[in-house]
Amino acid sequence: MTLLAPLGALGRAVLTFMATVGRVSIFAARALSHIFRPPWYPRELFSSLLTIGWLSLPVVGLTAIFTGGALALQIYAGGARFNAEAVVPQIVAIGMVRELGPVLVGLMIAARVTSSIAAEIATMKVTEQIDALTTLSTNPMKYLVAPRVLAALITVPLLVGIGDIIGIAGGFGVAVHSLDFNPATYLMNTVNFLETRDVVSSLAKGAAFGLIAALMGCFYGMESGRGAQGVGRATKGSVEAAAVLILAANFVLTGVFFSI
Amino acid sequence: MIRMEGVTKTFGDHAVLRGVDLNVEKGTSMVIIGGSGTGKSVALKCILGLIRPDRGKILVDGTETTTGDRDAFLARFGMLFQGAALFDSLPVWQNVAFRLLRGSLKRPQAEAREIAIEKLRRVGLKPDVADKLPAELSGGMQKRVGLARAIAAEPEIIFFDEPTTGLDPIMAGVINDLIREIVVEMGATAMTITHDMSSVRAIADNVAMLHDGVIKWTGPVAEMDQSGDPYLDQFIHGRAEGPIQAVR
Ligand SMILES: Nc1ncnc2c1ncn2[C@@H]1O[C@H](COP(=O)(O)OP(=O)(O)OP(=O)(O)O)[C@@H](O)[C@H]1O
Ligand SMILES: [Mg+2]
Repeated sequence: MTLLAPLGALGRAVLTFMATVGRVSIFAARALSHIFRPPWYPRELFSSLLTIGWLSLPVVGLTAIFTGGALALQIYAGGARFNAEAVVPQIVAIGMVRELGPVLVGLMIAARVTSSIAAEIATMKVTEQIDALTTLSTNPMKYLVAPRVLAALITVPLLVGIGDIIGIAGGFGVAVHSLDFNPATYLMNTVNFLETRDVVSSLAKGAAFGLIAALMGCFYGMESGRGAQGVGRATKGSVEAAAVLILAANFVLTGVFFSI
Repeated sequence: MIRMEGVTKTFGDHAVLRGVDLNVEKGTSMVIIGGSGTGKSVALKCILGLIRPDRGKILVDGTETTTGDRDAFLARFGMLFQGAALFDSLPVWQNVAFRLLRGSLKRPQAEAREIAIEKLRRVGLKPDVADKLPAELSGGMQKRVGLARAIAAEPEIIFFDEPTTGLDPIMAGVINDLIREIVVEMGATAMTITHDMSSVRAIADNVAMLHDGVIKWTGPVAEMDQSGDPYLDQFIHGRAEGPIQAVR
C-alpha cells in the first residue's frame, strides 16, 4: 500500500496533466472555430487589436533595442578571441530574427497580454458577467475569446517583425557608435546575410506564440475558480503556462525550420 | 409555464438541491424565499442552463430546456443577477441596451439608447447616469441598472435575484411596484428571490420556500400566514428559535 503510494500520486498527476491537455485542446479548437463563424464582434476585435498590438509596442521596442545592443557587445567581445569581430552584423541579425526576437516578444506578450486577459476574464467569471453574457444570448467564446485570439494572431507576428528590426537597429547603433563599424557595410552585411527562411520562421513563431499567449489567458480566465483567490490563481497559471508553452513551441519550431 | 421536476445539484460533496419540484404558471409572479445559502440562486441558474443540474427535468412551455435552439430560448428571458453583473467595460446605457445593440433584437443605436434611458427612468435613475461607467455608481444604483437591463428587451420570463437588497425603503417600494406592473400589465412571468417580507407581499402571487434542498412549502401568498408550516412560520416572522438552525 505505502509502496504503491508514490506510483498512485504519479498516476494521478499524469492523469490530471492529460486531462488538462485535453481540455486546453478542446478549448483551442472551439476558440478557433468561433473565429470563422458568425456572429462577429468587430468592435471587440478592434479594441483587442489596440490593447494587444498597438499598446504592446513600447515594451516590445525597449526589450528589443537593449537586447540587440547587448548582443552586439557580446558577439564583438567573443568574436575578438578568434579575430572574428567582423561577424557582428551577421550574428546579431540571425540571433535576433531566428531566436531572440520571437522569444522575447512572446515572453513579453505572455507577461503583458496573457496576464491581463486572464485577470479580466476571470474577474468577469467571478462577478457573474460571463453568466450575464450568456443570458443576453451572447456566446462568451465568440464575444470574449475569439476577438482576443484573432487579434493576437494578427498582431504578435507584426510585433515580432518590428522587434526584429528594432533589435538589429540596437546592434547597429552599438556597433557603429562604440565598436567603429562602418554603417553602410554593417547594413549591407545584415541584409545580404538574412534569408527568407529566417524571416518566415520569425513571423511564424510570432503567430504561434501569439496564439498560445491569447489562448492561455482566455482558458485560465474562463476556468477560474471563485473569489479573488480564483482570479489570482488564474492569472498566475496563465502566465506560467504561456511562458513554458512558448519556449517549448520555440524549440519545436526551430527544429522544424532549421534542422536541414 | 416553468416546471422543475426532481432537480438535484451537488457541488463536490455539498448537496445544494435535493429534488426541487416547482411549477410557475404563465403570467404569474412566483417569489422564492429561503435561508441564505439554501440554493435559491442555483435554482434560477439551473433553469437558465447556466448550471447543469445533476438530475431532474426542467420544462418551459412543456419542452425540456436542454433541447432546441439555445439562443431562441434565452431570448425569452431576462435576468437580474444577485451582484448585478454589469459589464464594467461598457457605459451604463450600453449595458442596459446590450441585447438591443447586437444579435436578433438589434436596432439602430439611437433607438436603443432611447429605450435604455426610458428603462433607467423606470428604475428611478436619471438620464445622466447613462454615460457613466458601472464602477462610478453606488451598489444600489448598479442593482437598478441590472434590473433595467433585465427588462430592456421586454422578455416574457424575468428572474430577479434579490432586486431590493441594498436599496432604501422608498426605492425598494418603487422596484416592487415595477415588478408587479411588469407582471400585471405586460403579462410577463416572474420569479423573484427575496429576503424582504414586505417585498414578498407586494410582488408575489405565489410563494415557495426552499429549505434543505427541497421546496418545503408552496402556495398563494394569501395562505402564507395560515400555512401551519413551522419552517415557513419561523422564516416569515424572523424568529431565531424553531426548526431551522441559526447556524447552517
Ligand atoms: N459554482 C459553484 N461552485 C461551488 N459551490 C457553489 C457554486 N454556486 C453555488 N454554490 C454553493 O451552493 C450553495 C447555494 O448557493 P446559492 O448562491 O444558490 O445560495 P442562495 O440561496 O442564493 O443564498 P443567498 O440568499 O445568500 O444569495 C452555497 O453553499 C454555495 O456555496
Ligand atoms: Mg443568492
